[in-house]
Amino acid sequence: MNPQLDQGAGPRSDRWSEVTPLERRTFLKIGLSITGLLGGGTLLSVASIVNKAFTTPRTFTETYPYKPHYAMVIREGLCIDCELCAKACRETNHVPDYGYRTRVLTKITSDAIGRQREFIPILCNQCNDPPCCRACPVGATYKDPRDGIVRMNAEKCVGCKTCMLACPYDARYFNDQKHAVDKCNFCWDTRLSKGQKLTACAAACPTGARIFGDISDPDNVVYKMVHQIEKVVWVLRPECGTRPNVFYMKASHASPWRLQRQAEPGGGVRAAGKQ
Amino acid sequence: MITIPKETAERWGYSGFSDFFIPGKAFRAVFVVLAAAILFCYAVGLHGMASGYRNLYGVTREIPWGVLISGYVFCVVTSTGLCIVSSVGHVFGHEPFMPIAKRAVFLALIFLVGGFSILLFDLENPLHMIWFMLSPNLRSNMWWMGLLYGLYLCALSVEYLFLLAQNHRMSRLAGFMAVLCGVAAHSNLGAIFGMLSGRDYWYGPYFPIYFVFSAIMSGGGAILFFTCVASRVEPEIMNERMERAMKAVCKLTITMISVVMFFTIWETICGFVSPEKYLTLSVFLTGPYAYNYWIGEILCGLVLPLVLLVRSKGTDLRLMLIAGGMMLAGIFFMRYDFVIAGQIVPVFHSLGVEEYRSLLTYRPSFHEIAVVAGGLCLVAFLFLSGERVLGGHRLQKHEIVPPGGFICPGCGAIHYRQEGESEEQSLRRYHGFRAAAPPNAERETARR
Ligand code: SF4
Ligand code: SF4
Repeated sequence: MNPQLDQGAGPRSDRWSEVTPLERRTFLKIGLSITGLLGGGTLLSVASIVNKAFTTPRTFTETYPYKPHYAMVIREGLCIDCELCAKACRETNHVPDYGYRTRVLTKITSDAIGRQREFIPILCNQCNDPPCCRACPVGATYKDPRDGIVRMNAEKCVGCKTCMLACPYDARYFNDQKHAVDKCNFCWDTRLSKGQKLTACAAACPTGARIFGDISDPDNVVYKMVHQIEKVVWVLRPECGTRPNVFYMKASHASPWRLQRQAEPGGGVRAAGKQ
Repeated sequence: MITIPKETAERWGYSGFSDFFIPGKAFRAVFVVLAAAILFCYAVGLHGMASGYRNLYGVTREIPWGVLISGYVFCVVTSTGLCIVSSVGHVFGHEPFMPIAKRAVFLALIFLVGGFSILLFDLENPLHMIWFMLSPNLRSNMWWMGLLYGLYLCALSVEYLFLLAQNHRMSRLAGFMAVLCGVAAHSNLGAIFGMLSGRDYWYGPYFPIYFVFSAIMSGGGAILFFTCVASRVEPEIMNERMERAMKAVCKLTITMISVVMFFTIWETICGFVSPEKYLTLSVFLTGPYAYNYWIGEILCGLVLPLVLLVRSKGTDLRLMLIAGGMMLAGIFFMRYDFVIAGQIVPVFHSLGVEEYRSLLTYRPSFHEIAVVAGGLCLVAFLFLSGERVLGGHRLQKHEIVPPGGFICPGCGAIHYRQEGESEEQSLRRYHGFRAAAPPNAERETARR
């Protein structure tokens, strides 16, 4: 499959917020409730308001208490394992070679017809109920009350490593240089706080497998992607009750969004144009 | 040199640090070896601390807690157990347990110190512990662990000082506080693991509860072991009351081993039906940890001690020594396996990705083993010094036999003579050969 394939109309492809009226109606239908369960790699139930009664109520984050409420959508099928995201992260955030903030996992389904390999990028889910923050004895890791990003205060970290065990996504590692645990913070200190709108990984991903944005804003691409009734959207390890802010879905040719690099909004880096 | 008033020293059973140097050749050799081992191990630990743990410790990103945490858990479990078992007598007034209190509380203290000394080398920034006070996170079990073990340490120290000073009322009060804090701290330690919702093996209320029961078992085993060792160092510490106490502790330990077996059996059976837990379980039953599990935990920690203790009938010190030693070794395996088991299944195992197909492995490094060994040697060293310098934790005459009482040659308990009664008459009265006094009077005396 050619990930660069664009099923939408060519000219409007880099305008991320554009959707058809039909789709707008569907978003309204499902409102803010999205539920779904992915257990052990198998889909247990799909997104629909009906299923809300049958799945654990706290599986997903259903309201968006932060402003902006940063979130990421991973369009799983688009990832080609080029690892440009991990490289960009390493360079931007000075991640040492013995650790990582994000990585790409490989899943092989050998009895599948046609394509058998899938790549699953992982990173900190910036959980709405972060077990790491509950575990930390001194509050060295905390959820920022404004934007919901789970951050580190290296000054306080005792190095007990409880948070590393508490995180169900293995998103943390001990950084010798900082002498504290380090983790993905959606490039808060290196990009977002400096006015950029995308994380390093999202800006680097050539296929648009990583889409970053503000899920509390109905006009934002992340909001729109997550609120499609015909799409299955899931999170990793929902049984842990963390209510992640990183969503996973399959990209399809019917997608109204171009299958390519996300561009920095507001005239930032026009990555899409460069291709 | 600290000088202690003669009277106080006598009360403490302390007869100067010179006692340290009297012991025979073999004993002195043990001291020297232990001291050398401690120095060496701490030198290794400090080297690790100075050059960073990442390259020197076997722990990884996926398995961040290794043998250090196991060693720490082992020490504090034993400490809590010692405190609980000692409290049966001197706090809750069950007379047969009273003579063991002094040694048990002392051991509880040194085990706690040993545990903390190990934990110190696990923290990356021990100096940042100041934030426990400045920036407490009340939702964190780890924070509560710091607070509760801190309180426990204080209560235990006060209890011990009052025990030394023979102020039994105050030591009883402090002892009660120590038990409260100890049980709270300890179940909370279980909850540090039990409240990690992302770790299937640990998650749930099982471990906080199990920890307390297995602590009592460890405490019993430790008392048996260390009292037997002490009686080899100084045979005079054994007297009728002590023998009776050993019998009682032995019985309690047998009961607790059975309870822990019961826990283990159900834990295993339940594990068979949960896919994630089964994964961990199979590592123990048939996988790479099978030796640890079957030989270390089950055989050494539970089955053999049970058989030996039952056979010892609570009187054969040699058997109890072996059983106690085996228990301590087996329990160390239990703690080690417990800590590692929760981490060997990768968090993304259920995702079915290539990277996390197989289970993770952990192998303690030389530095880690040295730090744990250092902590345990410290406990051993302090224990032997205590036996020497504090006169074998012996109780003074009036503590053993209160005025008006005598040790019954038949049952070993303390009986009280009524006025104008001979020992023999009182014996008859207690054991109902032929009541020499009306039953009312008897109850009255017994209550005294
Ligand atoms: S390692 Fe640092 S951030 Fe993590 S729980 Fe301990 S003190 Fe908190
Ligand atoms: S993914 Fe892990 S590190 Fe990130 S917020 Fe959740 S628990 Fe914390």
